[in-house]
Amino acid sequence: MTTPLASLAASTLAQKLIARASGRAQVQAGEIVNCRVDMAMFHDSSGPRRLKPMLEELGAQIWDKSRVVLVMDHYVPETNEESRRIVRIARDWAREQALPHVYDSQGICHVVVPQGGHIRPGMFCVGGDSHSPTGGAFGAYMFGIGATEMLGVVVTGEIWLRVPETIAMHWSGQLGAGVCAKDMMLAMIARFGMNGANYQAVEFTGAAVRALPMQERMTLCNMSAELGAQTGLVAPDATTRAWLAQRPGGDRHVEPAGLASDPGSVDVQHNFDADTLSPQLAAPHSPAHGVAIADHADTRIDIAYIGACTGAKLDDLRFAARVLRGRKVAAGVQLLVAPASLQDRAQAELEGTLQALTDAGASILPSACGACAGYGTSFGEGQTVISSTARNFKGRMGPVSTRVFLGSAYTVAAAALCGRITDPREVVQ
Amino acid sequence: MTVAQAPGAATLWHTIWHVGADVDTDALAPGAYMHHGIETIAQHCLENLAPRFASQVRRGDVLVAGPNFGIGSSREQAASALVHLGVAAVIAPSYGGLFFRNAFNLGLLLLTCPQAEALRDQTRLAIEEPLLALRLPDGIRLPCAPVPEFLLQMARAGGLLPQLKQRLAALRP
Repeated sequence: MTTPLASLAASTLAQKLIARASGRAQVQAGEIVNCRVDMAMFHDSSGPRRLKPMLEELGAQIWDKSRVVLVMDHYVPETNEESRRIVRIARDWAREQALPHVYDSQGICHVVVPQGGHIRPGMFCVGGDSHSPTGGAFGAYMFGIGATEMLGVVVTGEIWLRVPETIAMHWSGQLGAGVCAKDMMLAMIARFGMNGANYQAVEFTGAAVRALPMQERMTLCNMSAELGAQTGLVAPDATTRAWLAQRPGGDRHVEPAGLASDPGSVDVQHNFDADTLSPQLAAPHSPAHGVAIADHADTRIDIAYIGACTGAKLDDLRFAARVLRGRKVAAGVQLLVAPASLQDRAQAELEGTLQALTDAGASILPSACGACAGYGTSFGEGQTVISSTARNFKGRMGPVSTRVFLGSAYTVAAAALCGRITDPREVVQ
Repeated sequence: MTVAQAPGAATLWHTIWHVGADVDTDALAPGAYMHHGIETIAQHCLENLAPRFASQVRRGDVLVAGPNFGIGSSREQAASALVHLGVAAVIAPSYGGLFFRNAFNLGLLLLTCPQAEALRDQTRLAIEEPLLALRLPDGIRLPCAPVPEFLLQMARAGGLLPQLKQRLAALRP
């Protein structure tokens, strides 16, 4: 039965995006639908090394190479025989398949792919990585899947989905100095837990979200993964359009009309006040383990790490520089900075942000997943680390004795400056 | 998935392994071994939480966990390690959503049992078809949330890859 358009009920942004991708006028939460995929992104770890043998076993081809984006970010730069082998598989396969969209050692997929203009409002996308909801910052439905499911997408161009409910996270007010999107996420994750969103869609709304630049919105959607959401969304607006206009192909994209949740359509709304939000800290070994910075003022740190798609984009580097410009990191502390993409690094160099960090004593690491993925680089036995990344699971970034605190780039920089966990509002310039 | 049982057949009792809440994908498939094949990753599955598990689990055993099993990464090796070790099913009150999809894609049955906590002191259980309720040796039955039919079929087929193989074979002349 076809519902006449005139009687369509109110829809959430997530429902509108899924309806579009599944070729329906409207979808209801709980329905299982098949969606056509506009863009599939995968990296050297989840991609070629797993997909190539399975495609060969099937004797199948990629459904549409123009819709596939490959990023080498997890095992680059290669440090040993194993990583060389994995990256070589990706490079050889990219050449064999003549893939048109490949980003090799350009930075982390969740940052490089939107910077390359591959994610636009209205699209339906999948990524072979759990932080794929980052793409939702652009008003696209994007979520992470495993390698076998990616094989299904690569062969058929389609994927099933249970239409999610939408949980609105409504932030009124205005963030104070030294407080940013990462703090908003850590506060929400501490409140709801790592599976609090129960694989539904989360949409970030309110004046404090509208005021955020694109990379900060990306941080919100990125860490929707740590809320257990299938995707995180921000409705596109003038900020989105201005940012996308500067990407490759930005002048050609036509945004579908009405990409916002209709009034009264969301299933649950939680309200937050940005005015009163203080810098947040997650203690070992969970992003949901929220603690007060004041209670850890005596916690000395060995390593301050600014890295990952979550916490080392250009805006994050700028936050750190606001704390560290003209100062030196405390004796005995190692400050490591791995800019999320070469593009972000180049801009940080151009404007002097990177210089401020290196003058303070930072070591600049390659623009790749690095210590965050825990696949190669990792921290030492018994070290205390404060990190702008997304996850501090036991054993992820080093031996089980490594203690990792999570905070914003402001908070990590403040800890580097003082040698112990510090409220960045005391030192931000 | 190896729980199917003909009606009237002798009850198949599964030995239970217990883990707690919030078991993440890094615990199931530790990052330090991710560059290896599944044989090696499986040897280190849950080594920080249940050190005997990987070496002593037997084909057909089940894993009973607390809420939020499989939160974290998209790495499907978290599920394939359990398949490789012969785990017949995982039973938990809730799962990480991405892990849930990966498990069925790899042929691993996940049962969502709100009362999984009641299994805490149990050592064996049976899985009753077709409703996928759990039965304990003392006769107590614990219901599980229904699993969509297409996912059950996927688990029974051994995952998405064998299904795709069949689908493509059917298309060929």
